[in-house]
Amino acid sequence: MNDMNITSAQYVAHPIENRNMSIKATIDGVEMYVPINDAANKESAEIMRQVAAGTLTIADAD
Amino acid sequence: MSKAAELAALIGSQTALSNRNVIINGAFQCSQRGTSTTGGGFLVDRFELNINNTDNIAITQSQDSSGPSGFANSWKILATTAESAVAADERVRFRQNIEGQNLQQFAFGTSAAKSMTLSFYVKSNKTGTYAVNLEQDDASRVIGSTYTISSADTWEFKTITVGGDTSGTINDDNGAGLIVSWYLLAGSNYTATDNTSYGASADGKQAYGHSTTWGQATNDNFFITGIQLEVGEQATPFEHRSFADELLRCQRYFFRTGAFSYFLMGRWHHNNGSPLASFNLPTTMRAAPGVSVSTAFASGSGYTGTPTFGDFDPNNFTIASATSRNANDVQWANTGKLDISAEL
Repeated sequence: MNDMNITSAQYVAHPIENRNMSIKATIDGVEMYVPINDAANKESAEIMRQVAAGTLTIADAD
Repeated sequence: MSKAAELAALIGSQTALSNRNVIINGAFQCSQRGTSTTGGGFLVDRFELNINNTDNIAITQSQDSSGPSGFANSWKILATTAESAVAADERVRFRQNIEGQNLQQFAFGTSAAKSMTLSFYVKSNKTGTYAVNLEQDDASRVIGSTYTISSADTWEFKTITVGGDTSGTINDDNGAGLIVSWYLLAGSNYTATDNTSYGASADGKQAYGHSTTWGQATNDNFFITGIQLEVGEQATPFEHRSFADELLRCQRYFFRTGAFSYFLMGRWHHNNGSPLASFNLPTTMRAAPGVSVSTAFASGSGYTGTPTFGDFDPNNFTIASATSRNANDVQWANTGKLDISAEL
């Protein structure tokens, strides 16, 4: 059972390299930066699970 | 009986002389997130309080400076508002997830699977029977038991021994190998199915036998400390560890930084953009962590404002300034604190 309430998610761009370096998400009301697609990190795993389920979309980086 | 034989009988034939306790922060020495909070989640290191589906109860949790003889701290859970009636799906529990690679000595999933003994000191105003379960995350198997608080407001020592599980393998990795859960309040969805022998996990096996009415009266309290889980059929004396040792173990899962003090971040010489730097962690974390800001960073000339974070690794990650600067400029991250988490 996972109790996380994720209300937003957006990629964060690396300031030098042309790629994303993390996901900024609001999880249970707290803004948190989490690894991208990392099953060992429970917040990242839950984001990926919700994306796969179609209940969450990760916005592009600014 | 010789002294050597007495010692062998005391510690059991399957028990190591050191590093016996696979529970981290069992004496509640470490509480990096603070000493008191309202509601569920993590406060004391490594223990998570879950309050699910309740509609009345309000709870505070705190690191308490009391305990049985030899313990300076305990964890206090206090119902400041009562649950008026316990619906089937309501529960209050706390748990610790133990990393699988720290549990290989139990030899679960083999014919040599070993018994394990959970012991702890507990005190509550509410006597009665409380449920505990030990759940294997990899194999989705569970076994449970109960203990009884006999005297109100009195520290009591409890031990629970269960046999080894020859069927359910605990993976040798950094995932959750065993989840130890203590129930304080459980609706009928969690108490319906016998869990006194190993079997497939199910909601009904979470709190079989739980019958106390804890949480149904204002100011119901619960204190616990001296938690130990070890190989063998007997509880041995609690394995006290130094604060430094325990804190380092906790920081594998969570680390709250001190206030940043002029942490230098630079911009390379090729173009403008956000200055950045690498932040090294005090110990290798369980997995690549996530980061949140627990205290705001200073903004203004020379300061980064609230940075962004990424490229997470168990040993370090990147901090980037919130503001763009010229090539070769430097900025400071100052005054902010970070919560860095790789909890299970």
